Amino acid sequence: MKLLLDLARGMLARRRRQTLVSVAGVALGVAFFIAIAALMRGFQGYFISQIIDVAPHITVKDELRAPPRQAAELAHPGGAVTVSGVKPRDRVRGIRAAGDKLAMLEAMPGVAAAPLLTGQALLRYGARDVSATLLGIEPARQARVSNIGKDMIEGRLEDLRATANGVILGAGLAQRLGVRVGDTVSAVSPAGTVLPMRVTGLFRTGLTALDNAQGYTLLKVNQVLQNRPNVVNQIHIRLRDVTRAEPLARQIEARFGDRTESWEEQNANFLTVFVIQNAVMYSVTGAILLVAAFGIYNIVSTVVFEKTRDIAILKSLGFTERDIQLLFLAQGLAVGLLGAALGCALGALMIEGLAQIRFGVETPAGQDRFMLVRDWRIYAAASLFAVAAAGIAAVIPARRAARLDPVQVVRGAA
Amino acid sequence: MSAPAPPLLAAEGVTRRLPEGVTLVSDVTLAVGRGEFVAVTGPSGSGKSSLLYLLGLLDRPSEGRILLEGRDTAGLDGEALAALRLARIGFVFQFHFLLPEFSALDNVLVPMRRLGRLPLVEARRRALALLEALGMREAAGKLPEQLSGGMRQRAAIARALANDPALLLADEPTGNLDTRNAAAVFDIFAGLAAEGRTVIVVTHDLALAGRARRRVHLVDGRVVSDGPP
Repeated sequence: MKLLLDLARGMLARRRRQTLVSVAGVALGVAFFIAIAALMRGFQGYFISQIIDVAPHITVKDELRAPPRQAAELAHPGGAVTVSGVKPRDRVRGIRAAGDKLAMLEAMPGVAAAPLLTGQALLRYGARDVSATLLGIEPARQARVSNIGKDMIEGRLEDLRATANGVILGAGLAQRLGVRVGDTVSAVSPAGTVLPMRVTGLFRTGLTALDNAQGYTLLKVNQVLQNRPNVVNQIHIRLRDVTRAEPLARQIEARFGDRTESWEEQNANFLTVFVIQNAVMYSVTGAILLVAAFGIYNIVSTVVFEKTRDIAILKSLGFTERDIQLLFLAQGLAVGLLGAALGCALGALMIEGLAQIRFGVETPAGQDRFMLVRDWRIYAAASLFAVAAAGIAAVIPARRAARLDPVQVVRGAA
Repeated sequence: MSAPAPPLLAAEGVTRRLPEGVTLVSDVTLAVGRGEFVAVTGPSGSGKSSLLYLLGLLDRPSEGRILLEGRDTAGLDGEALAALRLARIGFVFQFHFLLPEFSALDNVLVPMRRLGRLPLVEARRRALALLEALGMREAAGKLPEQLSGGMRQRAAIARALANDPALLLADEPTGNLDTRNAAAVFDIFAGLAAEGRTVIVVTHDLALAGRARRRVHLVDGRVVSDGPP
């Protein structure tokens, strides 16, 4: 094998410029693959971690996935009688037996659950009115199912207990209202209840949609504000293993009947976009490597064409078809390996270069730079792809070389 | 009484026909013993080289069989034939066919390394000895492009002898050489035959062929005479 590698090296070295161009092609493909993958995965990872950190992993809602069948339909299943204009029974919304369900959920291993009552409220401060979603929570339990404690930029979550009608506002919401910690806003619910609420803290999650329109208050306070005593309309669940969210959500929904959504379901639109983004990324970088593979095919084909006499003499010396095939395959793989190694180094440099870029603008997410992932698996995948492409590109000319009839070549040379 | 040793190489009713119907070699039967120096002559297109490629197991006969050291090669696959060529047969062509990227020494080492019979240090020693015997000691480290035509052909002969083959086949080895170098190459072949190695040389140069101890003359792919030159 060492002999074949020496022969391959000699043949490639003879065509130094063409070899270098092919190596550079592979290296560029690998480097771009690495840099783009680091960028995309960095952004996607950040986005998903924000979603996972900020939103509950599973949300149980006081809704049903499909509207319940009406009594008239149940009374005449598939019958000849059609009842139209039947109005659904007016039922009090909220999760039934929420306390029991919470206890059952908490008993599951690796599961933390917290009850909430969410509702709309109009927050008024001076002449400013801003519509917001208020989440009535139990601070100790909520702290176990969300990162709100970590997201606090002023005050603490527990301050809700120490203050009558306290409210914690998103930083963007507070800015829109023009309030600071210690100010008192007036909250008006759709039920018509008006409560003065004292701002005890501010939070910033990084998700603008939340920071600009969400606030936290005590569960009991929100029940009073929304005029829905003892009602819980959501249960937020946090899991130790986030990958269990979807199957567990299906399990809970099957058991309780309440609509239960995992974080994947709630963000399916983003995740679909990511899939498309990844497909585009892999297509583009794949195309670069494909072009590089054509370069390798070209160089190995040229070498085979130029080396027909050498192939003939090697065969006459006793080299087998397999030896000849390996000899040219080794040349393709050598170009692939060299390109992959160079591409990895170049890719790492590109990542470090991208990491130095500052946008000079503080985004709501608190980032003014690219979010980059430095994962050895990206390098491994790019290298593997490049070497495989190089190998495949070299196979055809290598097989052609192996099948060369030395007698024909020697006759032609004579 | 023990049976007589088989000839080193034997062709029995060998015919080589191309798929398009052209017959290159027709019903050739000959036996070549150890240490023989045979010249194959004939006009252009008489099938000299084709016969040599058949005898050297580079090509397969359409009919008949080739026996090397008493062993029928007809049933052997490509790998087995390659192994026989590597260990038992040396080829020299009209063109030197040295690998241009490697020095004369490295070219001689190629078949030795492929066979792997000798450790590299010993292989190098043997390769240098071969080159020295052919007057190439000083040029061992030179690339083929730095060598003269005669030196290239001598390096090719050294490469053909690298694995100490029983049979040396040469196809018009002096075709590209001047008279002096051609005579020198034939001297080498005569010397090798004197050492007991079997040498078969295809040539159209009757004067050089006269230096062999046996001459096989072909016309239209058939042996028309076989005997002393």
